[in-house]
Amino acid sequence: MDLRFLNAEPTDTEREAVDALGTGSARDQLLPALHAVNDRVGWISQGALNHICRRLNVPPAEAYGVASFYALFSLKERPPRVVHVCTDLACRVNGAEAVCDALTETAGAAGFTWHRSPCLGVCERAPAALAFEAGDPAEERLLAPATPEEIARGTFDREEAPISVPQQGEPGLRLLRRVGVVDPESLDAYRAAGGYAALRNALVLGSAGVIREVTDSGLMGRGGAAFPTGRKWDATARQPERTRYLVCNADESEPGTFKDRVLIEGDPFALVEAMTIAAFAIGAQKGYVYLRGEYPRALRLLRNAIDVARERGFLGENIMGRHGFSFDIEIRRGAGAYICGEETAIFNSIEGFRGEPRTKPPFPVEKGLFGKPTVVNNVETLVNVPLILTEGCEAYRRIGTERSAGPKLFCLSGNVRRPGVYEVPFGATLGELLELAGGVPEGRELRAVLLGGAAGGFVRPDELGLPLTMEDARAAGTTLGSGVVLALDDRADLGGFLLRIAAFFRDESCGQCVPCRIGTVRQEEALHRIVGGRKLSTGGDDLALLREVGQVMRDSSICGLGQTAWNAIESAIDRLGALEERT
Amino acid sequence: MTIVEIGLPRRLIEFTVDGETVRVPEGSTILDACTAAGKNIPTLCYGDTLEPANACRVCMVEVEGTRTLVPSCSRKAEPGMVVRTETDRTRLSRKVVLELLGSATDLSTTPDVAGWMTECDAEPGRFGPPAAPSSDRDERRPGEHEIPDGMTAATVRQPVKVDNELYVRDYGKCIQCYKCVDACGEQWQNTFAITMAGRGFDARISTEFANPLPDSACVYCGNCVEVCPTGALSFKREHDKREDGTWDESRQTATTTVCTFCGVGCNLTLHVQDNEIVKVTSPHESSVTHGNLCIKGRFGWQHVQNR
Ligand SMILES: Cc1cc2nc3c(=O)[nH]c(=O)nc-3n(C[C@H](O)[C@H](O)[C@H](O)COP(=O)(O)O)c2cc1C
Ligand code: SF4
Ligand code: SF4
Ligand code: SF4
Ligand code: FES
Repeated sequence: MDLRFLNAEPTDTEREAVDALGTGSARDQLLPALHAVNDRVGWISQGALNHICRRLNVPPAEAYGVASFYALFSLKERPPRVVHVCTDLACRVNGAEAVCDALTETAGAAGFTWHRSPCLGVCERAPAALAFEAGDPAEERLLAPATPEEIARGTFDREEAPISVPQQGEPGLRLLRRVGVVDPESLDAYRAAGGYAALRNALVLGSAGVIREVTDSGLMGRGGAAFPTGRKWDATARQPERTRYLVCNADESEPGTFKDRVLIEGDPFALVEAMTIAAFAIGAQKGYVYLRGEYPRALRLLRNAIDVARERGFLGENIMGRHGFSFDIEIRRGAGAYICGEETAIFNSIEGFRGEPRTKPPFPVEKGLFGKPTVVNNVETLVNVPLILTEGCEAYRRIGTERSAGPKLFCLSGNVRRPGVYEVPFGATLGELLELAGGVPEGRELRAVLLGGAAGGFVRPDELGLPLTMEDARAAGTTLGSGVVLALDDRADLGGFLLRIAAFFRDESCGQCVPCRIGTVRQEEALHRIVGGRKLSTGGDDLALLREVGQVMRDSSICGLGQTAWNAIESAIDRLGALEERT
Repeated sequence: MTIVEIGLPRRLIEFTVDGETVRVPEGSTILDACTAAGKNIPTLCYGDTLEPANACRVCMVEVEGTRTLVPSCSRKAEPGMVVRTETDRTRLSRKVVLELLGSATDLSTTPDVAGWMTECDAEPGRFGPPAAPSSDRDERRPGEHEIPDGMTAATVRQPVKVDNELYVRDYGKCIQCYKCVDACGEQWQNTFAITMAGRGFDARISTEFANPLPDSACVYCGNCVEVCPTGALSFKREHDKREDGTWDESRQTATTTVCTFCGVGCNLTLHVQDNEIVKVTSPHESSVTHGNLCIKGRFGWQHVQNR
């Protein structure tokens, strides 16, 4: 490629930041390179971009297109200190606006910038903020609960909050049994608690045997779409192409979801082991963890786990002495884009392109990352695999229900007394789960539960008998999605809540297709009219308009973001009767 | 001896469109098949010389057994597929997609779209009066946007970019079909001067750091103008004439000839109005250039009319 560069040179610092990345000179180093500069300097200048593009042989316009896609990067000069204040669902219910109001007054004087941010994945300790300070090294800290005073002071010295697993240490936990109990930094502690027994079993079973166990276990994906994991693995393993990839989807940006963070922070070796088993089964030599950029502690702990596992022969060549079995894991940090959790958008993001979803077919099992057969699995899905291989698929299958097998994590937040990640077998009822979390605060009444996240739907207080299984949720016209259970009590401003959901989808649309790019805007505008009790001078029925736009987003959008952007709002209208009194 | 490329023999596959059985060569898209069967499916982002971006979603059809509608321009026909092009769902989708586009974008120079709008009773105005044009679209950061009040409909209206003598960018007319990006980049020109930047409703075609074209990598081949379906990119001459009200296609003739600048032999189509060349396009079916030219062929015609 014969590239043309504008007249702008990098500063020495910018040059160093990029060069420190090492020798990689392929386009897939673009996202890490942009992070490197943004981390060191706080923003990405034209000179810095030129330097990156020269090294990686990427056209500057394209690199600009990529950098401008992600919310954590700045292409304009800004102070080194930036605070992202979460104003999303759970934080909204817990005082996020008060934090913003206070910051509006103090930020200018204190010499930092702040932005409103979508869900930061610490809903259990809402309201949350992510404090970032560029430098060498950059400092990044999730503050939750966040106070305006602390943000203004810029303290990064507070102890990190404990892991939010209220059931911690209880007998009978499977997915959560080590979380908060076993030192997440120690491989020996992990092994002493049963770690790596599953990989040993896998090596005995052989790849086909592992796939059979996983298929027979009935494991279904926990990332939202509930696709049978065994079938996905099998289809990939059958591809004639030899290079295959494993991608662990740890992007977790669905508002109200934080289970994957808790798993990674509390039991990172389990994910490393699970990925190694998956790679063995499908014949992948390289795996990526696509980790959302707003999770500094998860990044640190997972990085440690991977490094230690590699040092000790659990990653790399001839793993556990198995001749010819090689596998390694690379972490890719996202940079603030919910859409990058969509499985094909992840590929584009890792490859150094804009995180726009690809058209399916072809499906990832056939043409995925770098055009090769690829398995994408959610963190929780993967962490089930070692369980299956130690307990056996029969025993595993007996947990839960006939069609929804296994234990399931739910993220409880909003107006509940003990928010956090809970593990129950599939089939527990919604009411039982809320009970575990202590129900709504004293003297309050439950108004509604948002189930399955922003892409999920509302259920009413009289529906708490709903058994939490994939099939019961579907039959009731809703979904478990990524395991969000967000309770709203009678104080909740439902209209404001719906407006936030609409704003979220509009902010997070990649912009590729018309129904989603413009539909999410029109949805938000119409909702503002309805909630504000206003009408256009042309009259028109705004509820009917919402339904038509919603239907077309669902029918004609390229990916799941646009296809689900109307779900929660529709269910609020149809199941809760929200917005009725106003029209 | 003449060698004719006949390609590999292709299997015919059979499927049904609106109840009729059609047979097309393997690899054909649903759109190809429908066009061959005499159906008229509207498209906007489809480009005859480019890979489908399937971003506009105007060409959606129903395929039995799929959860969502399917873009006919990019989905390959499969044996036994049952396709419906005129159902309540496809009609609603086409209508609303055209309304959404029409409400956000100036489609006044997009061929055919007005007719489709009438056919499906599209009323872009029902989303409210258009919001005022903005001057900051090139700078919007991804994520958080300004909260609307709902009383106006957000649009992509913005000042026209006139920063060189050859072509004009009026992104208030841009439907973000990616065709200019594909033509400038890896599919044809390999110059990569422009890209999609930003995200969501704020996504826009841009040079790096939104620099003016003369400061960018652009080599003024005009291939992006050739493929732009909406008139968002237009030749300066055309733009100026439209501005002063003298652009009149009914008075124009189009003559295809051979470029005289070099020996490649590219075909040029000269559009002449009142005995003056007003623009140069290039036939897409030309097997050498597929509609692409260089700066000389595209823009180097002033000397012809220096009289
Ligand atoms: C807009 C969008 C965002 C998504 N975000 C995530 C995510 O953050 N984590 C995740 O595991 N899956 C996410 N998914 C679902 C993935 O596309 C994919 O289905 C999943 O990772 C597959 O893993 P599983 O089979 O283990 O569930 C998202 C899907 C869409 C459409
Ligand atoms: S549905 Fe939305 S997020 Fe998905 S491709 Fe279309 S514009 Fe992008
Ligand atoms: S004129 Fe040619 S080089 Fe310039 S932007 Fe258009 S396609 Fe790219
Ligand atoms: S400028 Fe034209 S070709 Fe480019 S994206 Fe916009 S409408 Fe498409
Ligand atoms: S023409 Fe098919 S999606 Fe645009």
